[in-house]
Formats: sequence, C-alpha cells, structure tokens
Amino acid sequence: MIGNSRSWRPGRRARGFALGAGVLALAHAAAAVALVLRDDLGRSVDAPNDPRRVITLLPSLTETVCALGACDRLVATGRFDNWPPEIVKLPKVGGLGDVNIEQIVELHPDLVLYSNAQRVGARLSELGIAAFALQTDRYADIGRTVRIVGRLLGVPARAAALNARIRREVAQVRAEALAARRGAAPRVYFEVDPAPYAAGPASYIGELLTMLGARNIVGAALGAFPLLNPEYVVRRDPDVIFVARADAPHLAARPGWAGITAVREHRLCSFSQKTRDLIMRPGPRVAEGMRAIADCLKREAP
Amino acid sequence: MSATRSTLEEAPARRTGGAQPALLLWLAGCLAITLALTFGGLLVGASSIHTSIGWILAPHAQSSIVLWQIRLPRTVGAWLAGALLGLAGAIAQGVFRNPLAEPYLLGTASGAALGVTLSLFAGGASVGAFAWADRLGLTGAAWIGACASMALTILLARGVLQTASLLLSGIVVGFLLSAVTALLLLSKPQMWRTMQVFLLGSTGFLGWPSVALLAAVFFVCAIPATLLSRGLDALTLGEDTAQSLGLSLPALRLTLLGIVSLATAAAVGEVGIIGFVGLVAPHLVRETLSVNHRPLLIASPLCGGALLQAADLVSRFIIQPAELPVGAVTACLGGAYLAFLLWRRSRNA
Repeated sequence: MIGNSRSWRPGRRARGFALGAGVLALAHAAAAVALVLRDDLGRSVDAPNDPRRVITLLPSLTETVCALGACDRLVATGRFDNWPPEIVKLPKVGGLGDVNIEQIVELHPDLVLYSNAQRVGARLSELGIAAFALQTDRYADIGRTVRIVGRLLGVPARAAALNARIRREVAQVRAEALAARRGAAPRVYFEVDPAPYAAGPASYIGELLTMLGARNIVGAALGAFPLLNPEYVVRRDPDVIFVARADAPHLAARPGWAGITAVREHRLCSFSQKTRDLIMRPGPRVAEGMRAIADCLKREAP
Repeated sequence: MSATRSTLEEAPARRTGGAQPALLLWLAGCLAITLALTFGGLLVGASSIHTSIGWILAPHAQSSIVLWQIRLPRTVGAWLAGALLGLAGAIAQGVFRNPLAEPYLLGTASGAALGVTLSLFAGGASVGAFAWADRLGLTGAAWIGACASMALTILLARGVLQTASLLLSGIVVGFLLSAVTALLLLSKPQMWRTMQVFLLGSTGFLGWPSVALLAAVFFVCAIPATLLSRGLDALTLGEDTAQSLGLSLPALRLTLLGIVSLATAAAVGEVGIIGFVGLVAPHLVRETLSVNHRPLLIASPLCGGALLQAADLVSRFIIQPAELPVGAVTACLGGAYLAFLLWRRSRNA
C-alpha cells in the first residue's frame, strides 16, 4: 500500500479518464484499509474503512445493504435491482453478464459488492477498486451475507439485530404454515421456466418449500435447477404447481398435462413479478417471500 | 471433397440391377429399427422394463396418459422431424451438388429459428404450447425465415454451384442469424433459458397437433420431391445434361429449394435446431447403397427419422428423469461423423 491518506481523489469524470487506469489504481489504493477479508471467490480483499460510496450488482445485496440502514451509501446498483423504492432512481451499471466497468470506475466507489457468478472482480481489483464477491444462492447464505456486509460497512451490531429479526420472522411463518397444514405434506412442482426447468430441493426456492413442509416432486440428486423430461411431471402428478403467470394458461395444452390433477383442478400458484422477485431473491425479505408461498399453498393444497 | 463427391457423381453410373433387392433390405432394416425405437421410446423412463410393460398392458389413468398423450406422439414426432431433415439434406446435396449441404450448415435452420423467435415475440406466446392458428403461423414464419436465409446464402455464394463458397456463406449466414436471434432474446431475459433449450433442439413437448402438422408437411414435401427425382439426377450429372433433357433449370431448382426450406421450417418450428441429421442420413444411405435420387429420397427420410428417434431416446434416457437437449446429442454424433468424412478425404487425397 502506498499510504493511508484519503485526502486525494481523482476528479469525477474527466481526470479519471485522462490519467488512466494506473493513476486510478494508486488513488484507490490510498483509501484507508481497515481489514483484509477473504471473499466467496477465495480472493483476499482489502476492505476499506467505513466505505461511503458503495455499488451493489445484485438485487439481494442491494436489499441487504438497505436493510442494514446503509441505503444512502449506495451510488449505483445492478439493472434488475428494484427494491427498496429509494434505490430505483440510482444509476444502473449492468446486469449479470454485462457489467459496465467504465461506469463503475467513473463513480469511484469505495466498495463494490457483487455475485460470485459475475466476472468483474479481477478487473475491478486491477483498477484498484475494492470488490467483494458474495455467494447468495441458498437460504444459509442470507445470514452469512448479512453478517459479512455488516462487517464491511462497519455496522456489525445492526447486522446481528437484522439476522435475529430474519430468524424470528422465518420461524413464525414456518410455524404458522405447518400448524395450518396439520401434518399433510402437499407434493409440489415449482417450474422456473417452461423448458421445463424445475426448482429442485437443492435450490433456494426448493429450500423454502421444504421448510414450509411441502414435498418436491424433484429429487435432490438432480441438482438445483434440472431440465426435466416433461412426462416426469405427469407421472409424479403433483398436488400443486408453481408456474409463471404467463405460462399458467398454457399448461393444459402441453401434451398429456391436462391429465395432471393440479392442472385439472386448477391448483396453481402464480405470482406477480413483484412477488416473484421476493420469492427468488435470497435476501432480508425472505420471510415475506415465504409467506407468499405459504399463503398460496394454504389456499391451493388439497 | 473429391472422395465424397465422386461417390455422388458416380452413383448413377454404378447403379445396377442389384440395387433393388439391396434397397428393399435397407428399407426393411430402417423400418425395423424405427419400430424397435418406437417400442423402446414407449418403455423408457419407468423404474424397470417390467413396470413399463405392466403399464402398457394394464394401464391406469396416469400411465395411459403418459403412453398415448406423451410418449407415442413424442416418438412419432421425433421420427417425422428427422425424416424431414433427412429429406431436406438429400435434396440440398443434390441441388447444390455438394456432399456437405444440409439445412444446418447452409444456415437455413438458423433462418427458420429466427422466424420462430420473431413470431413468438410478436405473439407473446411461449414455446411448447400453442393453439392451431399459432402453430401454423409459427411454421409460416419459420418458412419465411428459412427461404430468406437460403436466398442470402446463395446470394453470398454467387450462385448454387460454388461448392466451397456455398458452405462458407452458409456458415456466415448461420452465425449472423443466430446472433440476431441471441440479441433479440437478450432483450427478454425471461425467455432466454426456454428459448436456449428450444434452439438446442428439444422433442420434449411434441404432442399430437405437432405430429399432425409434421406429417402433413412431410407428405407435401416428399411426394413432389420424389416426382422430381429424375430432375435431381440430371442436375447431379451437370447443367448441360439437365438442359438437354428439356428441363427448366430455374423452376426445378426453385421448387426443390422451396421444399428444402419448408421441410426445414416445419422441423425447426416443432423441435428447434437439430444439426447434422440432414447431413448424416443421405450419407449413410449412399455409403451402403449406390442409388439414384428416387430411392435416395425414400431411404434418407427413413434413415433420418431413425437417427433422430435414436438421439431422442438417448437424450431422455441417459440422465432421466432430467433430459439433454436432443440437438446436443445429434451434434455430438454428427460432428464425429463429419470429422470422419474429413479424415477419410484427407487420407484419400
């Protein structure tokens, strides 16, 4: 590290470009380093002390930062980030596969939080930007992510409180759902898209379903999101089908699917895009998402 | 290309009276394989053969749905789609006098896929579930796309007879149109995965409506193609021969290429892009049998149908109850066969 002073920064736009990546790297290395953490890609990241300008590249990370009361530190987010409302107007710096590195550099963030599936970390570190990868695929990742992000943002106490709240809410939703079911375990098929890809028990959604006492028709051995032979769904004859709203009217037109009990008796769960976001994102709103699933199961399960 | 082309050009000369029994034997073999695969296709997926046979002999509600509404149309549909591709390949190889011409390598399949994608965007429907009107519209859009891409390929190659540049421009057109399709899909991320599976080739959602449509197109294509087989023979021998027989070359070529496009469009509309079946089927026929175009046009669809049926069986058996895109299976088999053709050519050269 060159020094520990934060006094000098490159000009916002023109100078940053004119002086090029090398100078930028020096400038950012100058930010005070508080701790060195290993991220979920196994890279050591020099985490800056009290980062004020933060960019998140994944909706669940954005929600986590905001749930920790640090929404005002965000200067940009990923393209699909739409919650909470106060971040909607922030600049969008790309999606999963097409993150705009130049735009990120121009915003000179102290810290970038991204998904381990995005390939931007190495490039950003070369440019002297602290970039921390987080894996947020599973239920267990939620608490871990909250803890790590809380540490990175310098608010560990808030993180502990948030985790306690999430655990409490989830336990409550779960207890209510199981009590309402009285021991019955509906067999469910969760269609991620009509290829048909299913959400298996090893996926985040699959975990939520299992926690709510539903039995997935897909076995754990097939992995998180297997591409199924469509006749398998007919053979397993699920009690309830979770399907995208646009695909629900077409289920009966698929060869043989009109014979599935859930299709015949219209035991389908479809959600609005807003609710679908809630269910798909392993983040601090997990209990809300679980409640949406539980409500539909309560309504539709035989 | 000399070795493979010579097989093709010598074919009529080597034809002898012995070809007829050999052909019958060949057709019988293909039919037997087809029947075996159909039966296998009906059995696949249950925990054991015994439960499968039990299912068929003593059906309860769910098993008879699976058998009659899913496995039978899927197996028959896969055969028909393969037959259409085999027919398209056999005609294309004759018209272009090019042993490697086929819908996939000519870019025609990519054009049809672009047509399908565009019509899905316009209609907002999803793959695998259509009313009849949607299904016909989809095939129509695929046909327009196939014809346009065929015209583009020929235009780029400056005519139908530029053997090497035809394939190059076919590959260029294929890449170009696939890129346009990919760009379109990028704008609708929710369709991306489904369409990706569809574009890799998928027989998963073939139902009786698909089978009816494929069968209708098959007869519309196969009958005129067989009637025009003498013209194809003449084309293979050279333009002069064809002209001296009093054939109108532009009309003949246009009709034949229209048939190739329609066959490709119907197959792509129902099962996505399936490569190499159109290449391998006519080759397998010519490898084993020296024939002119009439028997070739009968045997290639039989062979193509059996090939795609077999690939479909592999795709749903190998990691059941999950499945592989069938196009990936045919690409593996077809790619290996193409490599073998090239290796043999270089050894003979």
